Amino acid sequence: MADIATHDTDHATDHGHHSSTGLSNNKLAMWLFLGSECLLFGGLISTYMLYRGRVQNGPHPSQIYDIPFTSVSSFVLLMSSLTMVLAVSSAQRKDDSKTNLWLLITGLLGATFVGGQVYEFTTFYREGLGFTTSLFSSSFYSLTGFHGVHVSIGVIMLISLRAIIKKNKITGDKSEVVELIGLYWHFVDVVWIIIFTLVYLIPS
Amino acid sequence: MTTVTETHEDTHEHGMSDAGYIKIAVILALITALEVSTYYVDFGPLFMPALLIMMVVKFVMVVSYFMHLKFDSKMFSFLFYTGLGLALFVYITALATFKFFIA
Repeated sequence: MADIATHDTDHATDHGHHSSTGLSNNKLAMWLFLGSECLLFGGLISTYMLYRGRVQNGPHPSQIYDIPFTSVSSFVLLMSSLTMVLAVSSAQRKDDSKTNLWLLITGLLGATFVGGQVYEFTTFYREGLGFTTSLFSSSFYSLTGFHGVHVSIGVIMLISLRAIIKKNKITGDKSEVVELIGLYWHFVDVVWIIIFTLVYLIPS
Repeated sequence: MTTVTETHEDTHEHGMSDAGYIKIAVILALITALEVSTYYVDFGPLFMPALLIMMVVKFVMVVSYFMHLKFDSKMFSFLFYTGLGLALFVYITALATFKFFIA
């Protein structure tokens, strides 16, 4: 127990803005936020699971899903998690040029994923799957759309972070800022891991 | 005491080496390939459990290694897994109410 207390106190001296627990307030807030995000996506995923068979007159999921295309998109997002963790690792080593490079690659991979989703939505719409076509379509677009918005916000945060680092405008611990955005990014990836399996790979 | 502190600082600052992260990413990519193969190959009754297990393994690997929960304070794990557990409980109950699990 005493070892654990020392462990956290030592941690507290590394960075600023710590709570009475000795942990970073910013990281505590981010983890709390991510925990609450589980409830948001849980609601969207369970709604989709409930309505995925309710296609009315619209197309059935198996008629429109393009598994090879979505698999490539999933792989792209998964690899963006690797580049993000390499950015965090570089930031902890105080290597700004590599941090900027990995952040740029992560942002590009994220933008590629969002582009793929826009293409997928456009194709589905042309094939007769509008937002209000059926309960399946509404729940599908709500779930994947919310996720897409999260990825887009992540890309904006990555671009902004890169610009802030380049202008050297971070006053506190730079590596912690990169880590916080990394946590958000990885969370978006783990949500997609669930969506890819439950929505695309498991048929209704 | 010193040993614990040093070990902590080492894992906090680095979590894993870059090579370690790349190894984790390769494992994740292989599991993804296996997941996609279930679309083309008939796994029979193993189809659903295999997919769900692979999904959970990928989830835990990203959260533990890329998000550093394995190396960070247990308080962060508590906050995240509490939210996740609550979400699972609430929505599995909701789905059961709608008789989702009854074939």
